[in-house]
Amino acid sequence: MSHFLDRLAFFKRNVEGFSAGHGAVTNEPRGWEDAYRQRWAHDKVVRSTHGVNCTGSCSWKIYVKGGVVTWETQQTDYPRTRPGLPNHEPRGCARGASYSWYLYSANRMKYPMMRKRLLRLWRAARTEHADPVEAWASIQADETKRRAYQKVRGLGGFVRVSWEEAEELIAAANVHTARVHGPDRIIGFSPIPAMSMVSYAAGSRYLSLIGGVCMSFYDWYCDLPPSSPQTWGEQTDVPESADWYNAGFLMMWGSNVPQTRTPDAHFMTEARYRGTKTVVVTPDYSEASKFADLWLHPKQGTDAALAMAMGHVILSEWHAKGRGEYFLDYCRRYTDMPMLVLLEEKDGRLVPGRQLRAADLEDGLGESNNPDWKTVAIDEATGRLYVPTGSIGFRWGEQGKWNLEGRDSRTLEVTTPRLTLLGGEAAADVAFPYFGGRAPEFFNPTAHEEIVTRRVPARRVTLKDGSTRLVATVYDLFLANYGVERGFGDCPASYDEDAPYTPAWAEKVCGVRRGQIVATAREFAANAEKTNGKSMVILGAAVNHWYHGDMIYRGIINLLVMCGCIGQSGGGWSHYVGQEKLRPQTGWVPLAFATDWGRPPRQQNSTSFFYAHTGQYRYERLQVEELLSPTAPQALSGSLIDFNVRAERMGWLPSAPQLQANPLRIAEAAAASGEAPAAYVASRLAEGTLRMSCEDPEHPANWPRNLFIWRSNLLGSSGKGHEYFLRHLLGTTHGVQGKDLGEEGAVKPQEVTWREAPEGKLDLLVTLDFRMSTTCVYSDIVLPTATWYEKHDLNTSDMHPFIHPLSAAVDPAWEARTDWAIFKGIARRFSELCPGHLGVEQDVVLSPLMHDTAQELAQGVVRDWKRGECVPLPGKTMPAITVVERDYPRTYARFTALGPLMDRLGNGGKGIGWKTQHEVDFLASLNGAVEVPGVEGKRPRIESDIDAAEVILALAPETNGHVAVKAWEALSRNTGRDHTHLARGKEHEAIRFRDVQAQPRKIISSPTWSGLESEEVCYNAGYTNVHELIPWRTLSGRQQLYQDHPWMQAFGEQLCVYKPPVDLKAHLEMLGRVPNGEKELVLNFITPHQKWGIHSTYSDNLIMLTLNRGGPVVWISEVDARRAGIEDNDWVEAFNLNGALTARAVVSQRVPEGMILMYHAQEKIVNTPGSEVMRTRGGIHNSVTRAVLKPTHMIGGYAQLSYGFNYHGTIGTNRDEFVVVRKMAKVDWMDQPAGQGDAAVPAVAAE
Amino acid sequence: MSDYLHTLAFGIYPYIAVAVFLLGSLVRFEREQYSWKSGSSQLLRRRQLRIGSYLFHIGILFLLVGHTVGLLTPKAVYEVFLTAPQKQMLAIVAGGIAGTMCFVGLTMLLHRRLFDARIRATSSFADIGILGLLWVQLVLGLATIPFSLGHRDGAVMVQLSHWAQDIVTFQAGAAAHLVGVEWVFKAHIFLGITLFVVFPFSRLVHIWSAPIGYAFRPYQLVRRRGARTA
Repeated sequence: MSHFLDRLAFFKRNVEGFSAGHGAVTNEPRGWEDAYRQRWAHDKVVRSTHGVNCTGSCSWKIYVKGGVVTWETQQTDYPRTRPGLPNHEPRGCARGASYSWYLYSANRMKYPMMRKRLLRLWRAARTEHADPVEAWASIQADETKRRAYQKVRGLGGFVRVSWEEAEELIAAANVHTARVHGPDRIIGFSPIPAMSMVSYAAGSRYLSLIGGVCMSFYDWYCDLPPSSPQTWGEQTDVPESADWYNAGFLMMWGSNVPQTRTPDAHFMTEARYRGTKTVVVTPDYSEASKFADLWLHPKQGTDAALAMAMGHVILSEWHAKGRGEYFLDYCRRYTDMPMLVLLEEKDGRLVPGRQLRAADLEDGLGESNNPDWKTVAIDEATGRLYVPTGSIGFRWGEQGKWNLEGRDSRTLEVTTPRLTLLGGEAAADVAFPYFGGRAPEFFNPTAHEEIVTRRVPARRVTLKDGSTRLVATVYDLFLANYGVERGFGDCPASYDEDAPYTPAWAEKVCGVRRGQIVATAREFAANAEKTNGKSMVILGAAVNHWYHGDMIYRGIINLLVMCGCIGQSGGGWSHYVGQEKLRPQTGWVPLAFATDWGRPPRQQNSTSFFYAHTGQYRYERLQVEELLSPTAPQALSGSLIDFNVRAERMGWLPSAPQLQANPLRIAEAAAASGEAPAAYVASRLAEGTLRMSCEDPEHPANWPRNLFIWRSNLLGSSGKGHEYFLRHLLGTTHGVQGKDLGEEGAVKPQEVTWREAPEGKLDLLVTLDFRMSTTCVYSDIVLPTATWYEKHDLNTSDMHPFIHPLSAAVDPAWEARTDWAIFKGIARRFSELCPGHLGVEQDVVLSPLMHDTAQELAQGVVRDWKRGECVPLPGKTMPAITVVERDYPRTYARFTALGPLMDRLGNGGKGIGWKTQHEVDFLASLNGAVEVPGVEGKRPRIESDIDAAEVILALAPETNGHVAVKAWEALSRNTGRDHTHLARGKEHEAIRFRDVQAQPRKIISSPTWSGLESEEVCYNAGYTNVHELIPWRTLSGRQQLYQDHPWMQAFGEQLCVYKPPVDLKAHLEMLGRVPNGEKELVLNFITPHQKWGIHSTYSDNLIMLTLNRGGPVVWISEVDARRAGIEDNDWVEAFNLNGALTARAVVSQRVPEGMILMYHAQEKIVNTPGSEVMRTRGGIHNSVTRAVLKPTHMIGGYAQLSYGFNYHGTIGTNRDEFVVVRKMAKVDWMDQPAGQGDAAVPAVAAE
Repeated sequence: MSDYLHTLAFGIYPYIAVAVFLLGSLVRFEREQYSWKSGSSQLLRRRQLRIGSYLFHIGILFLLVGHTVGLLTPKAVYEVFLTAPQKQMLAIVAGGIAGTMCFVGLTMLLHRRLFDARIRATSSFADIGILGLLWVQLVLGLATIPFSLGHRDGAVMVQLSHWAQDIVTFQAGAAAHLVGVEWVFKAHIFLGITLFVVFPFSRLVHIWSAPIGYAFRPYQLVRRRGARTA
């Protein structure tokens, strides 16, 4: 009753003593304990997760008390795994556990904010123009006004505005841009749909409805491994982490599992208790290294040498000796190794050329459908040539023979292909390129000829044209490329001989001792042989982010394939970097890209886009001549941007903006001249009266004008070439140190019109975020969005098979709104502003030749219409051209309803399709139905974020058993095999949003993916290819180890080779240029994933900052630090021609000499002093990088090498970069005020 | 008027102060349990804390005991051992030593609180105010020494103790004892009474809960299973 009176208990408190007064029995009141109970008491617990780019998808309990989120703890109610397999939980890490800090932190975005100068201009314009669109036009028409707010981007100056005012300005800008420049000048960047797919879909649905452009992320982040589409025709299909436990031999190669895959790491440690041997390959002593039975530390960037030498050992000891029947059988059935390759003459030498096709032979070997796209093998029994079923030619235009049953297409008999021609009639000396002789400074070149000649077993065949040519199997070429002795006496005789690719050679290149290479290779293969392929490699960013990372990857993939590990549980290629499997993908696509209303959507590969539009190509110093193979069949020339322009022209890569004309005006012009729009565009392009935007990226007509960024920190995290972004795209203060090719008088690109560099292409930059990130700081408008505890959404991962919700534990705080609500609001305002400016319009859309469509058979040969090598034929020799009708005033009505194309065209993905009327009707009754003007009948409603989630779940085979069965039926028609048994058992399962809120649910097996979710097996990529005999979506239908595209031949990458890092030439000129009296070091700039953040998220979080040094740091070795007089915690600056960054030094034994290691994406907004070099505030890690394109990633229209969004394309590599590092002489915090007094913002006139 | 104020300050104000002190403490203990604390800033910064706190606490506890004993012991009791001049000299010497210790400690604490950015930022008005008041009070206390040395017969001291004894024994006209006493004594007394007023509103309340009993409790405290607990 009373605290005081309760304490007056002197005589009854301690009622008796014991142990001679050492103890007492007490009756003291216990009321004080309630303090602790109340501390942990809460009103409710809600399940949510963190929509962050980490592949975690961990289940969290979010605690709410008094309407406020108080804390979160790990949820432990995952469905059980099978007996003998460890369970998934608990999942989570320290970063996720700190998330609730953001909700009420000072860094939280609470209100819509606008750059003050823009607001002032806007309000003034609005008093003059009643029409907001005209108001925006008036600002854009005046260059002084435009530059006034562009120039102060990133320099503060935000003021609060109302939602109404922000929406009106954004909608007016979009209407104006679409009307004047074209809707493809409205760009949206948002990454990784899987981390919050409804939020992604909110923006992409709006943009797709109005004809805007959605940008890719995976290639831009350089997490996309090009070797995956090259080999498998699939992007990043990988085993779930539970399958690590099934491995017998586990390698972690450039992947720091405990640090970056924290919730999954337990499966790795548990596997070690089971007896699995673990080998870690990483140059630094990473957290993963301490779990290793063996730690190999090659010099950074030289991992391909290690992989090649391991391959050399395995091929020598197993394949060349005929040992390992499992390996040989696997290679025959599941790889292109038995396929024949034409040996072509070049400079008096034979080089491996094109894979032989049925069309090359008399009568096409009986094939009339796509004989150009059917590969050929030799029958082991009879020695005759035949066409095995399953190659890509069987995928299109016919049904029933696209499978891996291994039949002769003509006789339909099961036929064994001949793997090697050894001991046959002929052999030929074949030339292989060797690139290891020319390495940049700091890497070890070897003194070998740039062409290595090896004798290869061959056979003569007579072609259709009567000529006789030599052919060899991929297998024989593959072994010869590795330098494996086959009895001809021309290969290294022992592992100790220094010749490519022996262990002794690799020791010289990468520094790993030859004995360790041999032992690791033997154990890897011996385990795979005994277990039928249970050797696994977990690999990651550290080896993928190099310019030639695809070669490192192919080296590792080759090991896995030659040992039969792909598609076997416990084995395989485990690349977990930033993709986060979007499990219900085919259900999500209609919602996200509005394919329920119009097809195709505009999608763009970001690397090429930013390379062009941030002007990074203007500073390109990497020459194609440095990259070409000495065996190249044709001389390719030009700057790297030229290759990209050619790729866009031929329809290989997408374009944005697309044409130097408003695509809304083309259809009427075509009609006026009496032509179909596609023919009109093709003919005008051919005669040169119409140009593609990519040919003149600096022309104002080709600038991107409006950019939306949501769920992303483009400018604080992923933006390679940060300072170029600031200079050219944003037009604000920047720190670029180099001169462009024009200023230097260097050779300029051939295909691109060279103009003076523009500054400030973007009219408007809008960012949605819940925190004031670096990107927000540079934006014109920042919209406060809901956190991951304030919205309903879906989240999936490649690390586990569950579909997981994000749930609104509380309503969005302050004035924040969910992404869905924000874009819905913009769509509404946009629709209202359209009348008078935009009506029903015909939008001419260009799209590249797409993978998983018949267009992937478009270009067997490379012909450029611009050079007159062929005629421009849309969808064949150039991009496809489609007219899409946009009903602009009804954008909002369409946004909030599922469109009629689902009924008419059905749904599908990855090359198969099915009808989905049943699911549309179901959604109409579940979500309710609404009238949409201009459309017959009522349409299913998509009003709320939960409605949107239900659309995804109902349409996707992974979450709707009926759809799964339909999808397997569709695939069965292609393969001629019945696959429906894989989903029949779950046919009546339908996962709904509230189900996943109750407990994470396992998805249903679907043909969208190549693994199975069942009670028998863990999810493992390639599993259905191997066990259900479904072909890989490649040229041969098998794992494609031989790349025969002419550009692959030109760059010498038909087979995997070792290529040293490239020389980007950005550091030497800066040595001693801006001295500060301290000694300067040159170090390789390495940017691994963080320990105290997930990319930039959490890196500004007070809790995480307290756990580390509380601001940007770089790690350097003790040796380098001593050389430059740097002590631990000194401020240092790293710089090159691209820009500079400031950070404190961590001097550590962990780091090897020669590298500077900076955890990437440490925010610029915390403890970042001024740079002595740039004379402005220090940059982020990307201030010293610049994107560089690789031509082989641009290839398109060629089987698996065809474009797909986030599937294939140029990647933003960054690890070949070097920086100059030195101690800072003076640390300037730049705390003084900017000194420019802005006049007061005028009050809103009307209100 | 001056008499009136004098009586108000030294005859009535002490009772108001003690009432506020007792009732205020009670109310705060009942209503604001979570604010009943010493509010240590040790977690924020250890610098200057240990030595400053020790000096301050030892000094002030000694002064507190000295004042209580010195003022409230009836003359008849201490006359057995000491004469008034002897007692005064004892008070000057012992109080001077303790006061100096306390002064050094308190100055360190006040300096730390005002000039350590972290601690300043987390300090409330009361946190700074109470240290300031104590510092002024201590300075006033030390300032009485030269005055006392001016009249070594102990008469003033006897006057002051009569006042204190009359106050605690509810005698009318207690204030009359202080008529003619030097200003420094009056200021010191007035501020001393004021400290009782602000006591319940500051971190001084932790004095009530000094865990003295902890030093003497049995090693092991247990409860009986199923015992009724409050």
